[in-house]
Amino acid sequence: MTLPLAATDFVESTLIQVIKALVIFVLVLQAVPLILLLERKLLGRFQARHGPNRVGFHGLLQPLADMIKLISKEQSTPATAVPWMMALAPLISIVTAVVTLAIVPFGDVRRDGLLGADYGLYGIDVSIGILFAFAFGALAFYGLMLGGWASGSKYSFLGSMRSAAQLISYEVALGLSLLGVVMMAGSLSLTDIVIAQDDVWYILPQFVGFVVFMIAGFAETNRPPFDLPEAEAELVAGYNTEYGGMRFGSFFMAEYINMIVISGIATAMFLGGWHGPGPGYLDPLWVVLKMLVFIVLFIWIRATLPRLRYDQLMSFGWKVLLPLATLNMLVTAVLVVTL
Amino acid sequence: MTDPSFPHLSKDVIAVQRGPEPGGVAGAYRAFGETLRGMRTTFARLVEGPVTIEYPEEKTPVYPRFRGRHKLHRFEDSGLEKCVGCSLCVAACPADCIRVVAAENTPEHQVSAGERYAAVYEINLTRCIFCGYCEVACPFDAITMGNDYELADYTRSDLIFTKEMLLADSLEKTPLRREGE
Repeated sequence: MTLPLAATDFVESTLIQVIKALVIFVLVLQAVPLILLLERKLLGRFQARHGPNRVGFHGLLQPLADMIKLISKEQSTPATAVPWMMALAPLISIVTAVVTLAIVPFGDVRRDGLLGADYGLYGIDVSIGILFAFAFGALAFYGLMLGGWASGSKYSFLGSMRSAAQLISYEVALGLSLLGVVMMAGSLSLTDIVIAQDDVWYILPQFVGFVVFMIAGFAETNRPPFDLPEAEAELVAGYNTEYGGMRFGSFFMAEYINMIVISGIATAMFLGGWHGPGPGYLDPLWVVLKMLVFIVLFIWIRATLPRLRYDQLMSFGWKVLLPLATLNMLVTAVLVVTL
Repeated sequence: MTDPSFPHLSKDVIAVQRGPEPGGVAGAYRAFGETLRGMRTTFARLVEGPVTIEYPEEKTPVYPRFRGRHKLHRFEDSGLEKCVGCSLCVAACPADCIRVVAAENTPEHQVSAGERYAAVYEINLTRCIFCGYCEVACPFDAITMGNDYELADYTRSDLIFTKEMLLADSLEKTPLRREGE
């Protein structure tokens, strides 16, 4: 029996890895303002209004204006805060968000020798695959936790405590929901999982897992209806209350990158990754399109659902999602063994 | 008429309608269905398109009897002012914001159609409550409430409208709502 680990039969040169890292990092950081704009425009339309339409043509320059505003703002530190930790927290948030992007596959291994060697259209195909994403998802919560605690403000602290409870509750369901896919594909590597979806996308046989993953994914990214850590109606802004300027911007950006990451993982795990009609060079386009579907879903849900109450959040996570994910995993395990 | 399912209650008491108990697998199923229903509702708003009136560029038309900024009127044929300086509007004004100083018309200096005319006619719009009593009090329909509502200004003294300003055509044309609109 082989271990369910990724096995690459080629070695990429350091130069190619550096180029890939730069391309992914730069492209995704460019995508964040676009998603920001898409969210605000679409949210406006969902609420029967226009959304931003003053800066530039139809409001296209709005994210740029926001960035300039954030950069030029003062970064105040409360007297009760721990300054170096407060500065570290957004860094943790954004680094863990960006790192997870590395395993999102945008295409299969290319053997056309365009860059003088074989190369894969992904950041890195780590052998532990999806566990890598969970590891950094768990680390990301230290960013929120540290940010809220080091701010020395009660609202920040409440927000970070909530995010801690929320992330612990939903990470288990998130992991269990993906186990069914991992068992069906027989591999942890996202690339292998995508290749295994050549016949049928896992959204069909693993529909329960998909729903659980999406719900837990909303909770992991602190997006509505699970935005309790920043519940502006109760906690001012939760863990980032005391943050200003680009430090706040980093938290904000990390949230959007997390959204991209969850969309990317959902695409690879459930929507068949780069599979789609057309020649091979269209693969990344298919991945981006499928990710876009998930991002629109994120925005759509935000426009639709109100925030859950804290006890509802907890009981939903432990009493509904976790049993459902466990059941899904068990049924899949039995079926995989018997069939 | 008592509720058949609650026979012990008198007819004055109405049993509270409660939804199914939340939680459990059935609750999760219902929540999923309701989420889809909510998403359909928001999607319908997307299809409908924005209902925004982009104010400075577009204006909401006002109703014909809207009481905006006052206007003083002239006779269309002779060009003489309708106001004869009788000060009835001053007497009617509850906010005491109108000031009229009347003067005699002379054959060389015929300003209004009557014997006297308003040499000074000022409305202090910072005090005006736009009740329209001046319009009602005027025996010659010389003063009416117009349609303009964009009356913000930088200094209070700029909001004391003189006779010349009230007689002139308003600069910003507020759209008037058509019949049945």
